[in-house]
Amino acid sequence: MKQAGSVQHNHRHNALGLTDERAVDMYKTMMLARRFDERGQLLQRAGKVNFHISGITQEPSQVAMGYAMDLKHDWFLPYYRDYGFVLSLGMTVKDLMLSIFAKAEDPNSAGRQMPGHFGSKRLRIVTGSSPVTTQVPHATGFALAAKMRKEPSVAIVTFGEGSSNQGDFHEGCNFAGVHRLPVIFVCENNQYAISMSVDKQTRGRICDRALGYGFPGIRVDGNDPLEVYRVVSEARERAIAGEGPTLIEIMTYRVTAHSTSDNDMAYRTKEEVDLHRAKDSLPVYKQYLTDAGLWSEEQEAKLQADIRAEIDEATQYGENAPFQRVEDAFRFVYAEQSGEGH
Amino acid sequence: MPVIEYIDAIRLAMKEEMERDENVFIMGEDVGLKGGVFGTTKGLQQQFGEQRAIDAPLAESAIAGVAIGAAMAGMKPIAEMQYSDFMFPATNQIISEAAKIRYRSNNDWDCPIVIRAPIGGGVFGGLYHSQCPESVFFGTPGLKIVVPATAYDAKGLLKAAIRDPDPVIFFENKKCYRLISDEVPDGDYVVPIGKANVMREGSDLTIIGYSMPLHFAMQAAEELSREHGIEAHILDLRTIQPLDREGILEAVSKTGKVLIVHEDNKTGGIGAEVAAIIAEELLYDLDAPIRRLCGPDVPAMPINPPGEKHFLLNKEKLKTAMLELARY
Repeated sequence: MKQAGSVQHNHRHNALGLTDERAVDMYKTMMLARRFDERGQLLQRAGKVNFHISGITQEPSQVAMGYAMDLKHDWFLPYYRDYGFVLSLGMTVKDLMLSIFAKAEDPNSAGRQMPGHFGSKRLRIVTGSSPVTTQVPHATGFALAAKMRKEPSVAIVTFGEGSSNQGDFHEGCNFAGVHRLPVIFVCENNQYAISMSVDKQTRGRICDRALGYGFPGIRVDGNDPLEVYRVVSEARERAIAGEGPTLIEIMTYRVTAHSTSDNDMAYRTKEEVDLHRAKDSLPVYKQYLTDAGLWSEEQEAKLQADIRAEIDEATQYGENAPFQRVEDAFRFVYAEQSGEGH
Repeated sequence: MPVIEYIDAIRLAMKEEMERDENVFIMGEDVGLKGGVFGTTKGLQQQFGEQRAIDAPLAESAIAGVAIGAAMAGMKPIAEMQYSDFMFPATNQIISEAAKIRYRSNNDWDCPIVIRAPIGGGVFGGLYHSQCPESVFFGTPGLKIVVPATAYDAKGLLKAAIRDPDPVIFFENKKCYRLISDEVPDGDYVVPIGKANVMREGSDLTIIGYSMPLHFAMQAAEELSREHGIEAHILDLRTIQPLDREGILEAVSKTGKVLIVHEDNKTGGIGAEVAAIIAEELLYDLDAPIRRLCGPDVPAMPINPPGEKHFLLNKEKLKTAMLELARY
């Protein structure tokens, strides 16, 4: 029997175990990722930074993924468009700005790597590289370590559909399948690998490949973040229960060019892009929260003002921060003292 | 002190390190139940269980890549490549990942992995069971590469590699497995990575090398001493990355004549770098041009016995080259 004035727990997110507060926080994180991403592009166009790579319209599903995981125990192996994912794991806009300005304080690499090459041991985000899909066997290795040490940890790794053709995808999946390891493989299928549309990458469905490795493969609509949350949560439960890996294919679309160095109008039409841009789930999710009585235009205005202030401040901080000293540029090829490391 | 075979020294190092540290484990094709195709990991699964002597699916990039992930998670994996000839699918994981993890994360992450791979011919292995791929990995900053020639060094260097905080490639010579036996103390010791070793003292010429060909040099040196009174100074590099510059220069300074030997082919081999170091530092102290005696620049050795013999170094080839240099 509910007391008068108590919240009605009958919305989709409640049924999935998400509190109202977390459902709202997810929206805030999605919007933060969106606005950061837009600023990154502007900064590149303005000549302030050399490069930006975008994940616009992929953020709602990325944030949903992050919210489905255990930040204390799990391991995260993101790919280069995962701003929404890493922001949901505790990385800040300031961290990301320090990265795109390639400054010393950048926690990802101290300004050594290109933007989008995430890594932070503190946040359990595993350092990544540019040759695609090398992170998939790593995720399997983190899961193997968790199983050997009997830790309640799950490794979750993301990659694109183009990347899923690499041998490392197959080798990492197969190993995890054989050893029933607690790992979640997530393909963010955004339909393009630079200029090559998905029909030039594969004849089949990425999710169906799981069948060959003996674990479930699930395709999910990336424009439905709550469904993504459900699928990832269930995959995590399976992993923790010792039931092994899951392959999840998130269907999404890359509305930007591959990067600021790419002109996508050379290989697709504006009409095609506009069609997909119209399916952007960020306003849809906002409407969901509004309909649930959890969001208002007043809150929206305040959120936009807060985000703008946060990004302005982070941009200024990133721009003014020092680069790594050249004296330090060649350090850490090896441990500097025997036994060093973490 | 007990005399044991090179292969047993490798196994003993793994066994002792696995007893010492529960984070150490071995993973590779056939390393578990079978104990490896050469028997290198025999008994480890029986002693430590399936989880610490893991039979991995036949996929070298995963063997390296999964080990790298586990190493980043804090484990101390030993990834076995069944033959070094088969490790090329793992090259991206080794060069793009393991070697760069500490540097690219500004010391936030590290990758304490050991990759064991048998090198070398003379076992009728033909093109793809005989190669010496050292030069493919040599020159990749972030990697250490060790190449023991003796049972003593095999055990001590493998222990050092397992305890090292950075990725180490351990190239063991499969011809040495049963052919080479020497004194190995009971119990714990390590051979420091990056330190060459004088195998034989001499004053007439210096031989610098690593792995199996050093044994031919030692045999040739004894004959040259007996027959010609020529005394060769022999330096075992033991580690080829990082090279022991001081050790190399000191060994060359003793005689002023140097012959560099390795089974890997000559062009672009480790010998080229050793020769360059000597040329940079000691050119005017030399009494003869720097010589190299290496595998020929052909893709790999043939399996037919005359072809294999023709490809490989041996005592006679060493002796001829050493005598010629001594008389220069």
